[in-house]
Amino acid sequence: MTIAVASGKGGTGKTTIATNLAVIASEKYDRVTLLDCDVEEPNSHIFINGEKVNEEIVNVKIPEVDESLCTECGACSDFCQYNAIVSLKGKPVVFKEMCHSCGGCSLVCQPKAIHEVDHRIGVINFYKSGKISLIEGLLDVGSPLSPPLIGAVKKHENKEELNIIDAPPGTSCPVIEAIRDADYIILVTEPTPFGLNDLILAVEVSRKLNKRFAVAINRVGSGDDRVHKYCKKENIPIILEIPDDRKIAELYSNGKIILGNLPEYKKSFEEVLEKIGMVIQNEQ
Amino acid sequence: MNNKPREIVVISGKGGTGKTSISASLAYLSKDCIVADCDVDAADLYLLLNPISIEKHEFYSGHIAKINQEKCIGCSTCKNLCRFDAIKEDSNGKFSVEPTSCEGCKVCVEFCPEKAIDFPDRLCGEWMKSETRVGFMVHAKLGIAAENSGKLVSLIRSEARKLAQEKGKNLIIIDGPPGIGCPVIASITGATDVLVVTEPTISGIHDLERVVSLANHFRIKPYVAINKFDLNLEITEKIEKIAKELKAQVIGKIRYDKLVTQSQIEAKTIVESNIPSAQDIIDMWEKLKAN
Repeated sequence: MTIAVASGKGGTGKTTIATNLAVIASEKYDRVTLLDCDVEEPNSHIFINGEKVNEEIVNVKIPEVDESLCTECGACSDFCQYNAIVSLKGKPVVFKEMCHSCGGCSLVCQPKAIHEVDHRIGVINFYKSGKISLIEGLLDVGSPLSPPLIGAVKKHENKEELNIIDAPPGTSCPVIEAIRDADYIILVTEPTPFGLNDLILAVEVSRKLNKRFAVAINRVGSGDDRVHKYCKKENIPIILEIPDDRKIAELYSNGKIILGNLPEYKKSFEEVLEKIGMVIQNEQ
Repeated sequence: MNNKPREIVVISGKGGTGKTSISASLAYLSKDCIVADCDVDAADLYLLLNPISIEKHEFYSGHIAKINQEKCIGCSTCKNLCRFDAIKEDSNGKFSVEPTSCEGCKVCVEFCPEKAIDFPDRLCGEWMKSETRVGFMVHAKLGIAAENSGKLVSLIRSEARKLAQEKGKNLIIIDGPPGIGCPVIASITGATDVLVVTEPTISGIHDLERVVSLANHFRIKPYVAINKFDLNLEITEKIEKIAKELKAQVIGKIRYDKLVTQSQIEAKTIVESNIPSAQDIIDMWEKLKAN
């Protein structure tokens, strides 16, 4: 089973919820895999505090031109939809940051002058903390394309057991890549106008992908009831509410997890797992 | 005169640090700028500035593959060549393109032996020019699951520059996207200043280092604003030290202020509300202006 924790926007508490869920789940299951797919700024490791056990470089395929075979016909640059290969007065030049690794240029090259080589975009760090395996994607600074790295992180999902995905913010390619195969999505929001605006976008994404989802409202009490009203109107279950508690903000600021420090919140996290487990079972 | 206007981009490693509240406040204080919302994935600035649209345009970017079922013979060439796993085969042996996976690379279109795949332009969202109480605004709404937010960001910035030229404004304030990926890179390349908003948290430090090194990578002067600095003074001190090492000036420290949410609910910028943190932003603006 895979649960993804997502939100229209960052800063709503995705990492807080994903890491605390992983901790609670590790009391119940033999193994929990937490996949930090927020590869631009992965923060789960700060809270999980595991021991690093391995790392893996992630490469994508980019074209390389063998100039001795190139006839300067320009077919590769004409074909490339991403302007990643440009023929400047003859010999093509590859802009590797723009390349989506579709392989089209090497397919259209008649003299077979293009082959693909590895280009590093980031790294996957593997941490172990008790029964939790944390798998974190970390995009290299200056590397624009995160979806291939997210895809590489997700290959380490353990289909037999419980996986929790800490998704990137937004509604475009990175978040789609992170949540597309999840069994259930928790959308994290706040009871404010920004929170509602971004939640509506996240709901649209989840519906478009035909996913089962529920809402978690963080910092309840800091704003108003517009998010609650929206969920009621749209018939979206609210699976978790975390109050606006300065103690939580302070724990977060020091990189500490809620559970273990504020045991009064334990029960509500346990219920989240139970409820999701039941929904998924009923559907199968 | 062809003076390039000053372009201040407000970014943050992480979302939710207060970029939008701060950019709206700066725009309000400047009284004389073009404001642009480049956080196209989750554009929120409109909630504070209440823009009245004067122009609306569809935004097309790239293409999307579409299999013509009448011509398709089910040879699966497309499926085998697609690197994005975007071609699905149903139980009747029919092939179709999953639009949220298609990256518009054209490989399937080019190599379909039956020429059965169309390649129409892809509608990715819309962008608007609007009037607000702080001046003209350029903003957009990206379609759900649409691609190319980087291109949309570039488009908004170039429209904001055109508008600045037209209206004779020498300042553009941009509410940027979070992260360090494609949309952020598109919003800062060629800008004059970057204002990185951060919070005194361990993750804040981590994100700040990455985003400042991104600004340095593109040779843009980074300033740092520490929002909610009094939530953890120890980490605030650490951030100031790290910023110094990274050659990024801490230009503002904004206190933790519960009333910010209230002014958000009232659709006001912080500096329009008479709340404690407003003064901190005014002080920061004065320093920014002078630099």
